[in-house]
Parts: sequence; structure tokens; C-alpha cells
Amino acid sequence: MNEITRIGPADGVAALEGAIAPERPALPLAVLAEITHRCPLQCPYCSNPVELERSNAELSTDEWKRVISELAGLGVLQFHFSGGEPTARRDLVELVAHASKAGLYTNLITSAVLLDEKKLAALKEAGLNHVQISFQDSDERIANRVAGYKDAHRKKLAVAGMVRAAGLPLTVNAVVHRQNLHHLPEMIQMSIELGAARMEVAHVQYYGWALKNRAQLMPTVEQLDEATRVVEEARERLHGTIVIDYVIPDYYARRPKKCMGGWGRQFFNISPSGKILPCHAAESITTLRFDSVRDHAIEWIWNESEALNKYRGTSWMPKPCQGCEMAEIDWGGCRCQAFALTGDAGNTDPACELSPRHQEIFQMAKAESEADERRFLYRNFAGGTWEKIDDPVA
Amino acid sequence: MDGAASSTPGANVHKRVVITVNSKPALPSFVRLHHDKARDRWVILVPERVLVPDETAVEIVQMCDGVKTVRDLVDELAKKYNADRALITVDVLAMLQDLADKSFLEDKGATP
Repeated sequence: MNEITRIGPADGVAALEGAIAPERPALPLAVLAEITHRCPLQCPYCSNPVELERSNAELSTDEWKRVISELAGLGVLQFHFSGGEPTARRDLVELVAHASKAGLYTNLITSAVLLDEKKLAALKEAGLNHVQISFQDSDERIANRVAGYKDAHRKKLAVAGMVRAAGLPLTVNAVVHRQNLHHLPEMIQMSIELGAARMEVAHVQYYGWALKNRAQLMPTVEQLDEATRVVEEARERLHGTIVIDYVIPDYYARRPKKCMGGWGRQFFNISPSGKILPCHAAESITTLRFDSVRDHAIEWIWNESEALNKYRGTSWMPKPCQGCEMAEIDWGGCRCQAFALTGDAGNTDPACELSPRHQEIFQMAKAESEADERRFLYRNFAGGTWEKIDDPVA
Repeated sequence: MDGAASSTPGANVHKRVVITVNSKPALPSFVRLHHDKARDRWVILVPERVLVPDETAVEIVQMCDGVKTVRDLVDELAKKYNADRALITVDVLAMLQDLADKSFLEDKGATP
């Protein structure tokens, strides 16, 4: 009877483990759609690629509807509306209604700053099932500074209250790093007071924009240990009140994370222009070309696309991954990280202590965190803008 | 706390739902028991998760209508399977409490 408790996706996105052939996995149960890269916030750790897709490249309303229907027909059960900021698209309510009618469980992953009571009511009416709001800190001044947006924090708090008042379940997503980790206990308390049933405490993952801001964001070893202690203590104390999912940074780990449950195994996301990607950051691997829903059926892309097959399973693995007892547990860690840190996505993830680069990466992270550079490079369509030190946003 | 969320602090806070034999369990609106046609099995759709309940769990969740008490559920199951009430009670309470602790179950009998 307790089978029900055993399903727990490692990466915050539902997928089924089990008797699936590693080289030809079944379609995921949940799909994340980045329906636009437009966003009013400028967070320096944004998971979008540095080369953002312009609005004129985005899939049209009809194209997204076709994609949604196609996914439902293939047996996908959950659809995450993400971005950029998904509420920046005027057809969001129409798309949520379409997904809901197709039988999909819908989730909105939002910064919340463009939402109000009227828009939320329309989304709920359209069948929206769940809302996830990102928070940059519990301290208003730091939160607004990280977001690069005046008044962001106050708006988020207000909208979170509206979400709960509308009877929608709320997840608080708190991205943590060196410049806000000292407020982690307050962020957990804030999530409880907002009525969130779930919280994600996610250490920044260093790709794309975050890689450009790595020295500004990398936690110290001591901060990481303290954060892990705080989360473990809170989980025990708050059992039954709030579920806390925790994503650790792996520069300080001994073994790499099971990134996305393995390349092309349990997850894909769709870029604003319709590219099927094995993870949010995959386009940072500039040597790969990803297929689009504009050119191919989704099922074909999942099964046949060269990029998705490139690092599937274990046969692509170099030594020491090849033959490693962890090969089918961590699936070789993260390809984007291997590319970012070694220049070849096919190398062993340097987060693994068996990588020849591991010590070097660890020392680099430690040195960067201790140097304590603070000035952000903000995310935007202009390729990034340096924070003005004399004129802070908040 | 900076920028407190509401005028009545703590008004929104989730209280732990404790399931007893007198509870009247029900799925909240955002938790959906769904028959997955593509794979011909029941699933429970929740935020960021797909739960795959076994047959017994499906049967119990289908009975959770917010009107029947856990005691009623146990009575029905004990009759149907001609099984020991005490054992069924332990199993049913454990399963429902587990769902409640993930905030996937409400008690309609609880005083607000």
C-alpha cells in the first residue's frame, strides 16, 4: 500500500523509473514549456541561455495549442508553463484552457510581478492547477537587487497571498547563493507564512547567465554546510506543514548530480521557438543542434533526434565513467557542466571526484567564493548589463 | 520578518492534518485521481509529481469523498475482503497520513 510513497523524482519533475530501456526511453510524464524568454526581471542566475530567443521567434498561439494536443495524445500528463516570464504572453489563459481541456495537469512557474487578482481568477477559471513563485530573498532590499526590478518583492508577496486566497496550491522557489544564504531560515519562515505547501531551496546551477556570475554567486564551503543543516532541521521540524525539496550545488560534491535523471531519459523542455531540449541549459552546448516542433513530430524528435541520442544511455561515456558502478545511477552527471568547464560535453563531469579536473574545479569554486566579488551581470536581451554600484536598484 | 505577507500573520499557514478514524478524508481540488489511458493505470496528479498508487490505494482514495469517515472506509474494506479490522485500520491510516503529510489530503471533518 505504501507503493504510493516511492515515487519521488530527483529533479523536481515527475517521471517514472522502472523497466525502460536506457537507449530508448518512453516519453516523459511531464513537460516544461518555456513559452517565452521575455521577462521583466533580470536575475543574474537565470536558467535561460545567454542567447535569448526574441519574441518574433516564439511559437504562435496555434502552434503551442498543436504542441499541447500532441503531447496529451502521446500520454504526457503534466504541463509546466515557464519562461522567461510566462505571463508576459497575452495568450497564456487561452493556452492553459487548452491544456486543461486536453486533460493535462497544469502548473504555472512565474515571477508573479505581472499578475493580479483578475489575471489569477482567469487562469483559475481556465483550469490552472498549481502556481510556483520564485523569490530572490526574504529581505526586500536584497530581493529587489537580485531581481534587478524595483518593488519585485512586495508584488510577489501580494500575489502569493492572492494565489492562496484563490484556493490554488503554492510552491515557493527560493534560489540560494552566497549573497542571500544567510537569510535561508527567514526564507523558509516566509514560505510557511505565505501558506506554501511546498518549497524548493535550489542552489544556483552554473550554466548560462549563472556561469557568467559564478564568482558573484558561489557559496562558501561553510555556507553550503550550514544551508544543508538548516534544510535538514527544517524538514524534521516542519514535517506535514511544508515539503522542502533541496537542490545542492555540485562543485563541492564528491559525485555529480543525476542531472535531469539522465540525458534524454525522463525530461525534455521546449524552447520559445519550439526546440526540444534535454534540459534548460542544453543550448549552452554550442556544438549540438536541436530539432524543432516546427519541423518534426515530437515523438520523432524524442526518439530519433541526433542531439537527444548523443548522450543517452552509457555507450557514449569516456573513462572513468565507462564501466563505473555509478554509470546507470548518475548517468555521468551533467553534460552542460562538462562542456562549460572542459570544453567537451562528452568528458566526465568535473563535479565527479574521479574526473581529472575535480580538484581544480573545487579549488576554483572555493577561491571565487572567498574573493567575494559582488557586482552582478544582469540578464537581458542586450547580452547583459553590469550592476551600477552607485545606483542600486532597491 | 521583512515584508510580512498578510495583515494576520500565520493565517495562511498549513496546519498538519492528522488522520484518525474519525477523519473525513478528501482530495483537495488540486489533487486529481486520473486514469492514464496511454498506460492503462491510475495515477494521482499533484504539483510536480505523478504518484502511482497500487490497486488498494486507488480503491481507498476513490472512497475518500469528504463524507465517509476512515472508520466507514475500514468497515467497507473489512466486509469486502473479510479481513481483520485492526490490521486494515493500521494500513489505511498509514497510507492516508502519508498523503496528508504531503498536503495531498484534507480532513473535511476537522474543525477549522
